[in-house]
Amino acid sequence: MSLAESIPATSPAPEKLTKKDLTADHPTWCPGCGDFAVLAAFYKMLERRQLPHENIVTLAGIGCSSRFPYFVNTHGGHFIHGRAVPLASGVSLSRPDLHVFLFGGDGDAFSIGGNHLEHGARKNINLTYVIMDNFVYGLTKKQTSPTSPLGFKSKTDPTGAIDQPVNPIKKLLTAGATFVARTHATQINHMIQMMERALAHDGFSVIECLSECVEFYPGAFDAGNPRKGGAFTVIDEKKWDGTPEDEQRHDITDELAAYKLASLPFPGLFGVFFESDRPTKNALEKKWSENTRAKLGHPTDLELLQKTFDRMK
Amino acid sequence: MIRLAGNSQDGIQSAGALLAKLAGRSDQDVMTYMTIPSTISGGPSIFQVRMGSGEVLSAGDEADFLVAFYQHSYEEHIEFLKEGGVLLYDSDHVQPNLDDKRFVYVGIPITGLTVEALGGTAKDKGKNIFILGLIAKIFDLDIEKLKGLLTEKFGGKDESILNTALMAFHAGYAYPVGNVLTTRYQFEMGRIEGAPVQVTMDGNTALAYGLIAGGVRYGAAYPITPWSTIMETLRSEFPKYGGLFVQCEDELAAVSMALGFSYGGHLAITGSAGPGISLKTEAIGWASMAEIPLIIVNVQRGGPSTGLPTNVEQSDLYQAIFGGHGDSPRVVLAPATVEDCFYIAIEAARIARKYSTPVFILSDASLATRIQAFDEPDLKSLVVDPTVDLTPRPAGYKPYPVNGITHHVPPGTRMLDGKYPVVTGLEHDEMGHPTGSPALHTAMTAKRRQKLQQLAAEIPIPEVTGGPDGEALVIGWGSTFGPIHEAVKSARDRGESISALHLRHLNPLPNGLEKIFARFKRVIVAEMNDEGLYGYGQLATILRARYCDPKIRSLTKTDGLTFRVKEILQGVLK
Repeated sequence: MSLAESIPATSPAPEKLTKKDLTADHPTWCPGCGDFAVLAAFYKMLERRQLPHENIVTLAGIGCSSRFPYFVNTHGGHFIHGRAVPLASGVSLSRPDLHVFLFGGDGDAFSIGGNHLEHGARKNINLTYVIMDNFVYGLTKKQTSPTSPLGFKSKTDPTGAIDQPVNPIKKLLTAGATFVARTHATQINHMIQMMERALAHDGFSVIECLSECVEFYPGAFDAGNPRKGGAFTVIDEKKWDGTPEDEQRHDITDELAAYKLASLPFPGLFGVFFESDRPTKNALEKKWSENTRAKLGHPTDLELLQKTFDRMK
Repeated sequence: MIRLAGNSQDGIQSAGALLAKLAGRSDQDVMTYMTIPSTISGGPSIFQVRMGSGEVLSAGDEADFLVAFYQHSYEEHIEFLKEGGVLLYDSDHVQPNLDDKRFVYVGIPITGLTVEALGGTAKDKGKNIFILGLIAKIFDLDIEKLKGLLTEKFGGKDESILNTALMAFHAGYAYPVGNVLTTRYQFEMGRIEGAPVQVTMDGNTALAYGLIAGGVRYGAAYPITPWSTIMETLRSEFPKYGGLFVQCEDELAAVSMALGFSYGGHLAITGSAGPGISLKTEAIGWASMAEIPLIIVNVQRGGPSTGLPTNVEQSDLYQAIFGGHGDSPRVVLAPATVEDCFYIAIEAARIARKYSTPVFILSDASLATRIQAFDEPDLKSLVVDPTVDLTPRPAGYKPYPVNGITHHVPPGTRMLDGKYPVVTGLEHDEMGHPTGSPALHTAMTAKRRQKLQQLAAEIPIPEVTGGPDGEALVIGWGSTFGPIHEAVKSARDRGESISALHLRHLNPLPNGLEKIFARFKRVIVAEMNDEGLYGYGQLATILRARYCDPKIRSLTKTDGLTFRVKEILQGVLK
């Protein structure tokens, strides 16, 4: 029996999944933190999608935003700093029945875990990763982050940051992520939309969500918030309707065009930059295993191992 | 014992392995030993095959028969040849000192004859098989069996490869070498009625298949010598069983992905050698804290840092037991032989599941490549079913019961009270909620320790080999089993009252060892690591700390080579 066959079908959830069912510990975030809105959007998205409760997995690394799994009543795990992508990849690759959601901050994703982000994207592991980017290290009380803009004054750069910040969207595009989107924690409907599209995407789907740290970098994202006088400009996606105006719209399968959009000055654009249907590692590995097993005539574990030992006699 | 000495690209490993396999099929006990340089191609290399009808415990100190491919092979290894032994050398490359009358000299232009036999296109490739033919002739080996083995090895898609191999073999076999043996060696034993069938493999292979028998189906790792062959085997084998092995971008990703598999309900394996284990350390601490089962294989090599990548050492015991910040208990096991690599992997899987804990398997470079024949395991009684239990759980489930052993519920399982658990590396209460409570940290630290104390109580006390009491007890762990037991046997034959005790469980130790120690005047721990600042090797230090017994002494070595029987005898009898 293969492992996939050995997993019993889960019985359907008896009742509608509501926000009440999904609420766990009260968040430990500072009042006014952008992460509250991300959590609210996540609840809302789950309510809309009605996934089986037991099949939702919420994982995270280390940081303010990585406290997320404690605040969501689903199966979950709180891992070490920077390594949540491979942890989540392990869950995704071995358990195709689950919906794997990963939450974390800019430090986790672009600094200590930068290499894992690259390889998770390259391998195209089927999971959804929401990066709550606040341009600062909040949990450790205001040090420079990999996304802090030049000149940002922190406890580790008292005269202003001098290292070129990471451009998250460019990094994700070059790494090979197959769904790349950007949103803003003050735009709840847009966040829900992006999460829904990320969930629907079969592959490594990443959302950079600008989420303000009111304590250590207040006002960082006002330029992207219309209520604070900024501009929340959404990417105008191609509708493929043959109209002349459609010529000007963004083709989300065009990697170079996406890269150009990602180069616009802050606050830049919001929405889906790129999506591709490149096969996932999940699918490719499954195919390999199934083909191998078929060639062998679907032996039992014991038959297979015995055959191997017979060859070593 | 036959020692083949040449360079690493000469294929002496495959020639040696074929001899070992032949011995295994002929119900001979066999053990091999090899050294390879840490260069990609080239550099001196040896492969040694020891066979016998009795119990072969170590790869042997001295050779009966030395094959030298080059002048340097001759110069470096001639002192390992027994007096009266045979030196077979390639007269195209080697000029031995024929005035040294201790040995029998057989010079054959091996390179020239191989080139001649194969027609020159392959240059001197095939020398190894030519020599195999020579050895078959000299020792009167069963050439039909050998040809069968050659066919298994080379009989692939390209028929010409097998034909070339057979041509080289026949050329060697047909060479009129004459009767060169001073002693008659009985190679072929009659099959003993009812004797168990033997399987022949190296330690890394045995370990990989032990994991499969133990129900492990998922793993992740990064390549490093001498661990890599385990991951290569598992990468191909796991998918056949419906599982998966992933080559990761680095060691940290590998251990993290393995923990993802384990959290998902599939006990997983990661592995490496010392440098890679250092990198995995933080995540192993998480496994200890979050109580996630995991198997970590460390195929030890000489350290620290890049150290001696292709040599053997047992210097990662402290790292396995203590490596990590905070109090992070974990289980540490060490296989004694190639056969034990198979069984200890099954035991590691059982312990990891039962106690929801990380479990280290400390193998080493000498076990990794050593080929041994052992009784075929009764797979039917050993194979573990890896099915994940996703049956809905009743109300009141606590992931971290303070007075019990944690057993996590894999994701995908319905919780009937609607409360879903979070696994965590933060200190937590019984439900997994983070807490900084002093009382809870004390209680939870004790909880994580107590489960290993519970495990200690179920570990059987190892048997003493030799006599139950006497002058000295030699304690060993890991791959030193063979030379230690051979030394004890040899000392007892001479009337010395010396015994041996081999530990497979290093953390926790089995209970009751002090009763065994009490019956001996001296307790000597033989291990391949440094004596440290205070004069004791790593296991010796732990045993002294555990038992506060001043009669526990230490015998250590750090030359990157396996113990020779002589070295143990000298160390114990002094």
